[in-house]
Order: sequence, then structure tokens, then C-alpha cells
Amino acid sequence: MARKVSNTRKAVVTAAAWTMGFLIFFPILWIIILGFKSEGDAIKTPLQVLFSDWTLQSYHDVQERSNYGRHFWNSVILSVGSTLIALAIAIPAAWSMAFVPGRRTKDLLMWMLSTKMMPAVGVLVPMYLLFRDFGLLDSRIGLVAVLTLINLPIVVWMLYTYFKEIPGEILEAARMDGASLRSEILYVLTPMAVPGIASTLLLNIILAWNEAFWTLQLTTSQAAPLTQFIASYSSPEGLFYAKLSAASTMAIAPILILGWFSQKQLVRGLTFGAVK
Amino acid sequence: MTLTLRALLGATVSLTLAGAAMAETTITVATVNNGDMIRMQGLMDDFYAKHPDIKVEWVTLEENVLRQRVTTDIATKGGQFDVLTIGTYEVPIWGKQGWLVSLNDLPAEYDVDDLLPAIRGGLTVDGELYAAPFYGESSMVMYRKDLMEAAGLTMPDAPTWDDIKAAAAAMTDKSKEQYGICLRGKAGWGENMAFLTAMSNSYGARWFDENWKPQFDGEAWKATLTDYLAMMNEYGPPGAANNGFNENLSLFQQGKCGMWIDATVAASFVTNPADSTVADKVGFALAPDTGKGKRGNWLWAWSLGIPAGTQKADAAKAFVAWATSKEYLEVVAAKEGWANVPPGTRASLYANPEYQKVPFAQMTLDSINSADPNNPTVDPVPYLGVQFVAIPEFQGLGTAVGQQFSAALAGTMSAEDALAAAQTLVTTEMTRSGYIK
Repeated sequence: MARKVSNTRKAVVTAAAWTMGFLIFFPILWIIILGFKSEGDAIKTPLQVLFSDWTLQSYHDVQERSNYGRHFWNSVILSVGSTLIALAIAIPAAWSMAFVPGRRTKDLLMWMLSTKMMPAVGVLVPMYLLFRDFGLLDSRIGLVAVLTLINLPIVVWMLYTYFKEIPGEILEAARMDGASLRSEILYVLTPMAVPGIASTLLLNIILAWNEAFWTLQLTTSQAAPLTQFIASYSSPEGLFYAKLSAASTMAIAPILILGWFSQKQLVRGLTFGAVK
Repeated sequence: MTLTLRALLGATVSLTLAGAAMAETTITVATVNNGDMIRMQGLMDDFYAKHPDIKVEWVTLEENVLRQRVTTDIATKGGQFDVLTIGTYEVPIWGKQGWLVSLNDLPAEYDVDDLLPAIRGGLTVDGELYAAPFYGESSMVMYRKDLMEAAGLTMPDAPTWDDIKAAAAAMTDKSKEQYGICLRGKAGWGENMAFLTAMSNSYGARWFDENWKPQFDGEAWKATLTDYLAMMNEYGPPGAANNGFNENLSLFQQGKCGMWIDATVAASFVTNPADSTVADKVGFALAPDTGKGKRGNWLWAWSLGIPAGTQKADAAKAFVAWATSKEYLEVVAAKEGWANVPPGTRASLYANPEYQKVPFAQMTLDSINSADPNNPTVDPVPYLGVQFVAIPEFQGLGTAVGQQFSAALAGTMSAEDALAAAQTLVTTEMTRSGYIK
């Protein structure tokens, strides 16, 4: 039974939620605003910034200097590629852990998560040497492999949690009807777990898109994604806020738009199973 | 039959042409994002006209990312870069390690003797030039002529720290958000420690004695830090412990600083009317001293070096020779004007009457010439470097000490405590690294 909520309480909660949302979004909003200001105006006080002239100069400069298209495509290939491969590996893995757990499944899950606890820089040199010896430095294949591996524990964990919410009896019934393992996973489990899989897919695309350690360390030019595009606009000596803001806006725009359109799916997936 | 023959011939010709196109050498240049480097990327037509067989691929990165990226690559011989943009801190260390290709065989027309001796000295190890300077910088005093005049003061060309203190006091009016002096306070070996190490040289301080014993417990360091903190607390802007080069640049350009002691390269920014509200009111002077024979200015050169592992050393050398040549300076001058030429590398540039008209040219040259990386301090030291100590441990040490001094500026610890902490942590690390037996 729904609780009665007074209008005042509703208004206060709504205002608080909007304020919270605005505060969280404010840094991004400020970056977007600075991108449309001149370098001279971008360093002024916030009020002066707001009332100064708007210009597309920074976007023009960024476009002229950098190959945005190449970085963008690299980001798309790396994030989508690594997420799809991770899903292909993680769906069967999570299935077995959720529906036919062994004695050590919980330990295995913890161990997988523990690999995320080590600082990445700790394995930089061995990883770099491996990449060098296999000729994978500055290659998209190498980076897709790395991003797949670093996101795999999260993908498995998320899918495992979603799969656990699905009653095993339904899969049993499918088996009794003669479904093979492949059909069971593909045609019975997957359609039921679509919200969970979709939110895992989206979250991992975002994580891979924003990954800024390996993508900076293991690329130079051909495989460099948007993280390197942004990094190239920070300057040790000189004004760069406006151009850096324009570059950042261009780098986050695709993922922001993707997140905007898929927020319903994302929220549904993340709260999947929370209310029964 | 004839048709087949023609097709075969055509295919052969196409393959040959493709082969010729593939003979083009592509070199990868790692660089930082600053005005002079970006300008060069727009002037590559001149290089391509002279070297049609070489293509240049740029990788521009934030300074610290670049340093880490390039260090990993060169230490593991990854071979990802053919030309590296490195500073005077890295060159002596990497040169000694054998990580860089010697540039002693650059052609005669390069005129290596034209390089400014102080800059060339900082890039040479045991007689081998390991990097060619792209632009050089020192530090100097930039001050507001109008505020000095209003205060009835004149800035000497070679001021003492007492002159600076007096000027800072006279120009400060906190009610108008006008601060007498802006200096670096942000922690980092290349941030506050670049300034404070250079300042300490003029006070007769040094990081280490000849036996690598840290000297932060001496009177000279105490005087340096006490004076720095007093000036900043009384005449500096609020929140100065977070200010680095860019933050101070922004304050100065908005007219909030009476003086700013920082890199000579800032002169072109603060005199640029497009960004600076005080462009026509800026005067320049040498970094201050205390009469002990050393000034508080540093020396730095962003330089181009070639990693020892590259397979394309010849093409890389051709590029380095072009980018740091006299002709390149003329190319920039022709397209962008003399004020935008990369400064501080060649004597011939400062002999050029056109360049002498640039308001900060002579002061930049005098500042560079007054720094000596081989004898940076009043008392002898076992290291190279003016605002740094050219040993691999310095990046970590400099930043750790910088954090203590930044905390002292923020008011969370006293000058004595900061110096004592610096002495302890540097002694521990130097003992661990084997410098102190």
C-alpha cells in the first residue's frame, strides 16, 4: 500500500533531488560553457565568464589541430569491441556460477574481483614488455584485449547478480523440453536477462570509453582514443582552459548522449531484482 | 595475350610506385602542449619541402603523462617514439644511461657553436650533446610599471630581494584585490620547488653538500623559506599554496599581481593584448639576489632528443636539426612575427636587430646567461642543475619536499617544522639510495 506523501514533502524532496542533480552535473556544465569562451575570458571570475562573448574559436582550433575522427573511432572500437568480447566470455561464465555453482564459486568470484584491487601502474612494465614483444604497442587489438580483461570481473559479477534473480526452474523446464545448453543460454536465459545484460553492456562501454591509464600508456598515434585527445590539450605553460574544455566536451558528448538515451534501460538494469 | 601482358605490366608499375611510396619514413615525435610546439606543427610544410621522404606523426601529451610514457618506453626499449621532447632535467640522466643518441655529428651548417653556452652546457654530458634545444627559458621579475610609478618606486634592472620586498609592500592593496607579489605555491618538483630551489641558490643555500648530505637544517634554507613565507603571507594572493604557473599567469593578466617572478616564456603571454589586461604596463628585471653572487633564476630548455632504440635515427636527426635550426627561426618569424620565435637557444637570434626590438628579448637573454647549471650554487655541490638536482631520485624528493613547503604556506605547519621534515625525508631517501654511506 502506498504511503501518503504531503505536497510540501514532495516539493522539498523534488527540490533537493534537482539541487543534487545540478551540483553533480555542474562541473560538466561549466566545461561546456568554457568551451565556448575565448582563452582570455575563460580564466576570469565565474560571473565575468558567463557574461563574456560566446565564440566557437576553441572548437575551430581543436578541429584544426587534432584528428578527432580517428580518436573517436578508436574509442568506439575499443569500448564496444572490448565490451562485446567480455560479454561473450562472461555470459556462459556467469551462467555456470549462478545455476551450477561449485564448492569454490564464491572464492572464484572474490578472486576475480581482487584483481581489480591492484593499482594498474604496478603491472605497467611487465605489460609494456609483453606488448612490445608481441608487437601490440599502439594496436587496437592489444588494447581491446586489455580492456576486455580489466572489465571482465565487473561484467561477470554484474551478470552473476542478475542471473541469480532468475528462477532456475525456468531453465530446468527448458531442459526438460529438450533445449540444448546453447539454446538454453541463448533463447531462454538471455531474453529474460536483457535489462541486466543491457545495463552491463552500457556501463562497460562507459568504463572502457573513460579508461585513461592503459589507453594512454600503450598507444601513440594509430590506436590512440579520445583520452589521449583530451590529454594533448593540457599545457604546462600557457592558457589552455577553453581549448581543453572544448576538447573535453567533444570527447564526452558521444557517451553523454548514449547515456541520456539509455538512462531508462540503465536504471532498470541497475535496480533489477531490487523490488519483487 | 597482349591484354594480359599489358595488365601484368600495369600491375608491376603500380606495385613499384606503391613500393616507392612505402619507402617514405614515418617518425613519431612525442611532445608537450605549449605554444611553440603547437606552432611548429603548423609550419611543417617547410620541413616536408626539404625532406619529402620523411613524414612526421605527432603525439602531444600533458607534461607529466608524457614524462611517464616516454620513460616507460625508453627504459623498456619499446621503440614507440623516434624523437622525444625532454627537459634539461632528463637529458643528463638519460644521456649517462646511454638512452639517447649523441648529436655531436650534426652537420656543420647546423652551427652548434651558435647555441647559447648555458643551454648547451645543460644538455651535454661528458662532451656529448644529447639533445638539441627547441626553446630555452630562465626566470625573471615581471612587474607592473604603473603600480611602481604610483608607489614612487623604480625597479632596478638587477634587484635584490630587499628591493622586491619593498616593492611588494608598496604595491599591495588587498581591499582592491591587488597583491604585491605572486609566486608559485603548488607542491611539485617542477612547481614550487623550481622557484624555491632557484631562490635558495641566491640565499647561498644548496640541496646537498659535496658528500650528498642534505642541507635543509642550515641557516641559508631557513632564511629562504622564512622570507618566502613572509612575502607571500603579507603581500601574496589568498590560496597561494594552490598556485602554479598557470594560476599566477591568470592572476597577473587580470591585473591582480604587482610582481610575478616566473618563467621568461610568460613575458610573451602577459604582453599579449588579446589575453592580458595589463599588456602595455609590464616591465622586466633580472631575478633578485642577496649579493652572494648567484641570482634566484632557473634554467630550462625543452629539447629534442632521439632515443637510442630507434630504427630511424637518420630521419629523426634530420627533423631535430631542422626544428632547432636558425632557418626554422626565420620560418616562424616570416609567418608569425619575431615575437613568436622560440626564444633562448641561439646567440644569433639575439644579435638580430629585428629580434632586439621585442621588449623582453634582452632581459630573457641576460637571465639565461646569468644561470649556470654546472655551478648553480654559492658553495660547491656534487650535482648538475639550477632549480633541480639531476639525479633520478629528485622527482620524488622534490615533490615530497615541495609538499612540506606548500603546507607551510597554507599555514598547516611552521617553517621550522617543514625544514625539519624535509631534512629527515631527504636524508632517509638518500641513505636508502646509497648516496650517503
